[in-house]
Amino acid sequence: MPRSGLSWQKPPAARRQHHCCGAARITRTCPNKGQRDTDTGIIVSMTKKSFSAAIGAALLASTSMVAAQDCADPIKVGVLHSLSGSMAISETTLKDAMLMLVEQQNAAGGLLGCEIEAVVVDPASDWPLFAEKARELLTVSEVDVIFGNWTSVSRKSVLPVIEELNGLLFYPVQYEGEESSKNVFYTGAAPNQQAIPATDYFLEELGVEKFALLGTDYVYPRTTNNILESYLKDKGIAEEDIFVNYTPFGHSDWATIVADVVALGEDGKQVGVISTINGDANIGFYKELAAAGVSADDIPVVAFSVGEEELSGLDTSNLVGHLAAWNYFQSAESEANEEFIAAWKAFAGEDRVTNDPMEAHYIGFNMWVNAVEAAGTTDVDAVRSAMYGQEFPNLTGGTAVMLPNHHLAKPVLIGEIQADGQFDIISQTSEVPGDAWTDFLPESAVLTSDWKDLGCGMYNTETETCVQLTSNY
Amino acid sequence: MDKTFIGRNPSVLWFLLALGLFTAGVTILSEAGLSVISTSFVKTLGKTLCLCLIAIAMDVVWGYCGILSLGHFAFFGIGGYAIGMWLMYARTEGIVVESLSSQVIPPTPQEITDAIGNQIFGVVGSSEFPAIWAFADSLFLQLLMVILVPGLLALVFGWLAFRSRVTGVYLSILTQAMTLALALYLFQNDSGLRGNNGLSGLQNIPGFEDTPQSTISLAFFLGSALALGLGYLLFAWVVSGKMGSVIKAIRDDEARVRFLGYQVESYKLFVFTLTAIVSGIAGALYYPQAGIINPAEIAPIASIYLAVWVAIGGRGRLYGAVIGAAFVSLLSSWFTSGGVPAVNLGFYTIQWTDWWLVLLGVSFVAVTLFFPKGIGGLFDYLVRKPS
Amino acid sequence: MHRLILAFALLLGLTPAVSAQTLQDILQTHADEVAKPGRRTVGVVLDDLAASGLPGVAVFLEKWQDKSVWQRDDGQFFIAAEQADTLQLTDIDSGEETSAAKDTFTQLKPNGGVRRVIATALVQFQLMDPDVERRTTAVASIARRPDASQLGPLLGAIDGETDAALKARKIQLANFLSASFAENTEDRIAAINSLSTDTSVEARAVLNQILTTSPGLATSLPTDQNVAGVLTPGEDMTRDEAYRLLVEAELAAPRTPPDVIRAALEANVVDGRVGNIPVAQLGSTANRERAYAQLAAVGTVAPLVTQSDRNAAIDEFIFFETYDEEDKAITQAAAAALGAVENRVAAGQTIDLALDALSLASIYFLAAIGLAITFGVMRVINMAHGEFIMMGAYTGYVVQLFVPSYTASIIIALPLAFAVTFGAGVVMERLVIRHLYHRPLETLLATFGISIALQQLAKNIFGTQARPLTSPEWLDGALVFSDVVQISYIRIAIFVLALIFLGLILYVLKRTRLGLEVRAVTQNPGMAASMGINPDRINMLTFGLGSGIAGIAGVAIGLYAKVTSEMGADYIVQSFMTVVVGGVGNVWGTLAGASLIGFLQKGIEWLNPSNTLAAQTYMILFIILFIQFRPKGIVALKGRAAAD
Repeated sequence: MPRSGLSWQKPPAARRQHHCCGAARITRTCPNKGQRDTDTGIIVSMTKKSFSAAIGAALLASTSMVAAQDCADPIKVGVLHSLSGSMAISETTLKDAMLMLVEQQNAAGGLLGCEIEAVVVDPASDWPLFAEKARELLTVSEVDVIFGNWTSVSRKSVLPVIEELNGLLFYPVQYEGEESSKNVFYTGAAPNQQAIPATDYFLEELGVEKFALLGTDYVYPRTTNNILESYLKDKGIAEEDIFVNYTPFGHSDWATIVADVVALGEDGKQVGVISTINGDANIGFYKELAAAGVSADDIPVVAFSVGEEELSGLDTSNLVGHLAAWNYFQSAESEANEEFIAAWKAFAGEDRVTNDPMEAHYIGFNMWVNAVEAAGTTDVDAVRSAMYGQEFPNLTGGTAVMLPNHHLAKPVLIGEIQADGQFDIISQTSEVPGDAWTDFLPESAVLTSDWKDLGCGMYNTETETCVQLTSNY
Repeated sequence: MDKTFIGRNPSVLWFLLALGLFTAGVTILSEAGLSVISTSFVKTLGKTLCLCLIAIAMDVVWGYCGILSLGHFAFFGIGGYAIGMWLMYARTEGIVVESLSSQVIPPTPQEITDAIGNQIFGVVGSSEFPAIWAFADSLFLQLLMVILVPGLLALVFGWLAFRSRVTGVYLSILTQAMTLALALYLFQNDSGLRGNNGLSGLQNIPGFEDTPQSTISLAFFLGSALALGLGYLLFAWVVSGKMGSVIKAIRDDEARVRFLGYQVESYKLFVFTLTAIVSGIAGALYYPQAGIINPAEIAPIASIYLAVWVAIGGRGRLYGAVIGAAFVSLLSSWFTSGGVPAVNLGFYTIQWTDWWLVLLGVSFVAVTLFFPKGIGGLFDYLVRKPS
Repeated sequence: MHRLILAFALLLGLTPAVSAQTLQDILQTHADEVAKPGRRTVGVVLDDLAASGLPGVAVFLEKWQDKSVWQRDDGQFFIAAEQADTLQLTDIDSGEETSAAKDTFTQLKPNGGVRRVIATALVQFQLMDPDVERRTTAVASIARRPDASQLGPLLGAIDGETDAALKARKIQLANFLSASFAENTEDRIAAINSLSTDTSVEARAVLNQILTTSPGLATSLPTDQNVAGVLTPGEDMTRDEAYRLLVEAELAAPRTPPDVIRAALEANVVDGRVGNIPVAQLGSTANRERAYAQLAAVGTVAPLVTQSDRNAAIDEFIFFETYDEEDKAITQAAAAALGAVENRVAAGQTIDLALDALSLASIYFLAAIGLAITFGVMRVINMAHGEFIMMGAYTGYVVQLFVPSYTASIIIALPLAFAVTFGAGVVMERLVIRHLYHRPLETLLATFGISIALQQLAKNIFGTQARPLTSPEWLDGALVFSDVVQISYIRIAIFVLALIFLGLILYVLKRTRLGLEVRAVTQNPGMAASMGINPDRINMLTFGLGSGIAGIAGVAIGLYAKVTSEMGADYIVQSFMTVVVGGVGNVWGTLAGASLIGFLQKGIEWLNPSNTLAAQTYMILFIILFIQFRPKGIVALKGRAAAD
């Protein structure tokens, strides 16, 4: 396969016309184009093993070849996910998912007549490196869009760079909210799309009266638990009926904490656990839970960070009935989902599972493709305007809509863990619009985000002023 | 004195010359001049210079004085946090004051503080200013803290450790415990330094909002180069002369030096504290270029890497530390960028993002076993060859 | 709104339900509630089903609870079993069996809350069921949702119970129910008194439920209520809280927060002034309050409630708590019983904490014992020790891939892990460490290199995801002494393993030829060599032994926590500290170090239960200080062997 149209042979002046450093990119300093052409990313085109869609690619090959010749240069998609270090466990999957999506799109004829090229870099779970790599992607590789990040701290690290250079980032993971950047589209869940509905489910359906909020000690659990505490108090749960505990990353000694949770039931109230425990610490937690014989009928646990991927690390037969809340489960029944799972297994391997952030990338990438086609250019400002109101079918059924606050309207699903490591979906809401600023903290309740009409991500509705145009990092 | 120590150590002049040429070259090639080197690379080079500075500090404490400290990144991190607090506070204050000024009634000082607190700590689910931020509004005081906090910590820690004659491996593990304790403390949200999120947006310098990053990064690059040059001079002076001899003697046989009547503990404490202060300064220069500091930066592994740089570069020679730090960190950055072409072995393709760490690990072993003098040892070859 | 409709449905639905002939008819009248049941809405269906007295109700409820009921597109419900793409259908009323393609059916998935309500409804059918499992389920449902109406049936079911354990459980439950719901006071007090030795969470729940209180306030203490106690503002409750209660009871005006003042001022700016104060001067709290006071004086805004106003209001009232239970005799009995129980619980918790600490200590010990040999005896700093732990764990994982029986796989994995890491240790000693015996600090660097290379290799081979390492079934669950004191079997197994290794290593070092030679080489290699001992061989074997034990520790740690490429890194610093704190060169020292660290960490966690990270921080600070004062550790070697 020819590699990305041999761009180095082109005269420098003809390079990358579709997003030249023109007036549209106001804040972006003009990179020294043509002086050098050091694309540092791994250039991925169709060298991967072919999968079902590649048959389609062969059929389309003639047309896309012609198209590629019209194109000055491939459109570049930056993939900013850790491939090494502690977060590689979660993020490598998303990198693979992005490669698959790019491959599918190329098989379907590319974008604007150009081939899409994925530029993969490895920020190695090192937060400052995220900022460095983001700058490199935007100024050296000159990507048109970045899909990336998992942890909030890595996003906060990238934010100033993306805003300074007017880049575009699609962030696929559920997060704590309280942020709105002009240059970021949040395709994962905001607290009101995951935590609040799950808590409602606890209150309404399971009749939980006493809450244990267990989390890993970092910003997502901290903020989420803060929001939940305030929400629960609004709902009439007394302060002493909310037990909060934070543990370090990778915590493995859970015996005492599980015992504490069991002891919460001593005043005869129904106890429920809301878990924002992150990553592999969950394995020890669930093992201890199973060992202590805590069944979902006695003390239900709902987790916000446990998906199919995490469950593949342990035997779930003792955890049947415990819950997780997401916008997507692999077990969702829809044709689109079946196709997606089949394509994923063909691409990445039979034993691989799909999860919620993958769906977020799936929606985000397709929306971006549609927005680029609608705008006719990959120029960031034009694409951003075209993003508002973009609709794309969810894998779980229904349609995701991009809102002016850069969040999606998505349904919330609650699933029960099954013995095979999958989730049985027992509750699905209609689409919930994502809310950048929570309504349940007094400082945030007055804030709203609307980049389309108000042009401000942190707009104080009380004083009717824009607090700031950059995001808070 | 100056003449003698530089005369005795001609490498100082060579080093300063090389550093000067390098700095001038980068400046000319940067976006301020010929625009050959991108801003992100200038930042990388600037950060590398800071790492070189802490590496020579490490070299003095380990290569010259024989204390294998596995905790010097703690001081580096403290320096970064100290400057980061001012950067965050001042930047946020600017935003808050501007946003509050549009109100009908002028804000009270309390309202301004509350709003800043909410902006900085709202992200981590709190909004009150911890006591530790008491001086964050003063650049001068925070700069003072860059020097004082690492210095005092090193002084107290060193005094305790050296007084009880904790040496060798024990001391290494103790310093490692120190940096681990500090990292764990900072990881807590309750520490008041934003827990795991750390301090971010540090590349935006308050008062220079309209200056492009290309200029700011060049300025920091030049500042780092200056600091490295001065640091090199300082340490070259420290390790030469009589004090230098005593320090090296302590490395070689501590007991004998003590029997000769020297206050071994005082010398060690002096070296330990001085290098800690320089590490703090290096950190204060590093993190505004990196943009974010968080507790993971001072996890024990960072300090071990530091020791490895010095070992690879060559212990007991200051330029060795510089070479080691620059070589390994730049190579690391190159390999993880994915820019190194994959090697296809037919049955297996080596992706360097996957295999770089394996290569690095094996090369540590190789250097320790076969080149105990490190890369710097090659210079001995070159110098001795004619004779 | 939603509930209103449901109420209507209830009214309308009731009449046809009574006259309905079949189960299907009843279900069809409530089709929506059956298809999408909610905890609060499903009651209607259950009531009608119970009222119908039809024979199939119990079976249907069980199947429904089991997610084995499906709805056809035309709305009919069936009990069904899934077989690939088809469903084996059973008619709800006739029991007739058919099969059909799955795609025209939807599975009903009652959620956990609904399932619990269904379980309660099933109690009446299951309590006397001949199948002991059904009876156990019924009793468990009663325990989960205790209700006055269950007391009678439960008492009735005790005498006929044949299963001894279940009978005891029924009596216990009946006691709980009597304590809360018995008709006369004597029965309740008798039941309450019998709970004073029961430390189970359920018993405490019963007592606490009897003792629930509500806050109250009045100008003088009421005599007609069962008062639990008086609350002094500032001591038992904050003064702000007290004032909030006053405001809620509409006995005081709400305080005026700063933002209300600001909003009031902003709304009343006239000619750049509020009152007589220019807007530019309103940047201070004092000026704002003065301006607000001026506005309040002319009646534009509500008067400012000052701190002294609030204090005066609070002091006028007495704040107290009253029991929701009106009978004083019962609350007194319950309070006494609870006091007795809580003493037992406190004792139990101390024991439980000690068990947890013991378990943590044994994990640290197991992780560190290999290091105690390589570092403590040979003075070799092996930073790759953690990676040997990881290798052991991955060996366990690989064995489980090939050996499906968990018991057999663990039995194979333990020696295999030893063999693998023993081999790795020997190779490392031969290739690297042997050359560095005189440069201990450099071993640190070289082994660190090996450590990061091994970690990355593991990532390349096994991927970054955590891998499952599942313990055999007989290690599932916990040894339960009471609801307070329990410990999981896997932790007991680790404890036993740690003991075995302690014994084994002591035996090898003190009682065998190898141990003698090891000690000889450690103390004086030259002299040992001249006695005919081959120091090379001894060093190799010792290092292999230390590494091999790390491998076994890896299997154990993988069983109770996780298997990832980074698991070793979690233990390495901890292990070094264990060895150093305990005292280098001594197995007993390592044991003492592990115990100290384990107990200390649990102790600090107990002091600050909401923040485990803080506990770890303080523990390390303690270790740093400890080493300052006892640089040679708890069990210090004396004499020449102690020299570095």
